Amino acid sequence: MLTKRIIPCLDIKNGRTVKGVTFGNLQDAGDPVELAAKYSGYGADELCLLDITATLEGRTTFLKVVEDVAAMVSIPFTVGGGISDEKQVETLLSKGADKVSVNSAAIKDPKLITRLSQAFGNQCIVVAIDARFDGNRWEVMSHAGTNATGIAALDWARQSRDLGAGEILLTSFTADGTRQGFSLDITRAVADAVSIPVIASGGAGEARHFAEVFDRGRADAALAAGIFHYGVTTIEKVKNYLKAHGIEVR
Amino acid sequence: MHTLYQGCFVKQDSMPQNIKIVHYKAGNIASVINALSRLGVRASLASGPSALKGAEKLIFPGVGHAKPAMEALKSTGMDQAIQEFTRPVLGICLGMQLMAARSEEGNMKGLGIFQEEIKRFTGRPKIPHMGWNSLYDLKGPLFKHVSEGSHVYFVHSYYMPDSSHAIARCDYGGAFTAAIQSDNFFGLQFHPEKSGPAGITMLKNFISL
Repeated sequence: MLTKRIIPCLDIKNGRTVKGVTFGNLQDAGDPVELAAKYSGYGADELCLLDITATLEGRTTFLKVVEDVAAMVSIPFTVGGGISDEKQVETLLSKGADKVSVNSAAIKDPKLITRLSQAFGNQCIVVAIDARFDGNRWEVMSHAGTNATGIAALDWARQSRDLGAGEILLTSFTADGTRQGFSLDITRAVADAVSIPVIASGGAGEARHFAEVFDRGRADAALAAGIFHYGVTTIEKVKNYLKAHGIEVR
Repeated sequence: MHTLYQGCFVKQDSMPQNIKIVHYKAGNIASVINALSRLGVRASLASGPSALKGAEKLIFPGVGHAKPAMEALKSTGMDQAIQEFTRPVLGICLGMQLMAARSEEGNMKGLGIFQEEIKRFTGRPKIPHMGWNSLYDLKGPLFKHVSEGSHVYFVHSYYMPDSSHAIARCDYGGAFTAAIQSDNFFGLQFHPEKSGPAGITMLKNFISL
């Protein structure tokens, strides 16, 4: 049976892992290559590396991290952050990344999704959607959560799938960093609306939250960062909890 | 006797082997090279048939779309070179699918090493079939020290239906061929290079053939 995936995410700035609360207040969380190797050894099903540097220098450092992680781990990993063209994707895949995620650039130019999926196969094109609940509806945010696009998250998820996305990485901007649990309603709405896998992200605080997002949120995978980096819980504990609750994991 | 000899041969870790990786447009080459180097094996790339001279093993990786991949192989004559290779060949993911007789992807003819055809998943809850799934009915040398039910990493939208030549099966809304063998040709639908310890064991087994 296809298992539910647990994906630790590393936000990387200038070659270091950082973690913030609701996309800000960054704190250092260690060496990304060491963390990647550690998580892989602890039973992570996949990894996600997000480049949150804006400088050219930071980008070069990031590529080195991608290369080093690829040399170290034998599980798949997705790379994202500022990806806007074929050339960047080609470089990242050649450094050993398995998938890439696109966000703001795809919102600006949706056909990017189609071009990338035709060039590299839809299995390696993840569309990352940052969504915020405004009290009324879930809206897509771009540029690391700083820009409200006015686009409904569910519409954008459907459109992304139609354009050739192989997977959706849905981050709840509202829940991110709160450790109060994933945003189950929007996760479920997206998971039911698209026929491609959905990774839920934002809000993980304890093992129970993962069970909820797989059961009630119908996610195929769940991503978390801070709780693993700071030892609030471990991948093993989460997986044991899921197994005990009848959810198939590796 | 021959098998025994080869087994002994590989046990000497320092003995270099000439392992080639088919280098074409659609290969996930870095992952395969990395996985092999973690095993202490240095493989080199082969972009054309002449590079296969003296090769003891051939790894044929692949991600992406079948049609441009096949065209890339044809343009260099690699299609025929793979078909004529007499030592162990390991096709991975798209590499395995290209070794089939036909594929629904791009509606095209494959290398015909396996008589089976590749079909598109339909009616499954999610396509691509992406993530860790378990293997069963394991057969043959590739799965030595790999237990039934081991999880491996899949990512594909096209598949080979269940076959009597399967050496491993997997279930995704029905059984399909997760691995297949025909003489010296092996095909894996999943990615051993991304499948943790179980995948590493399979690669080690292939190298030891």
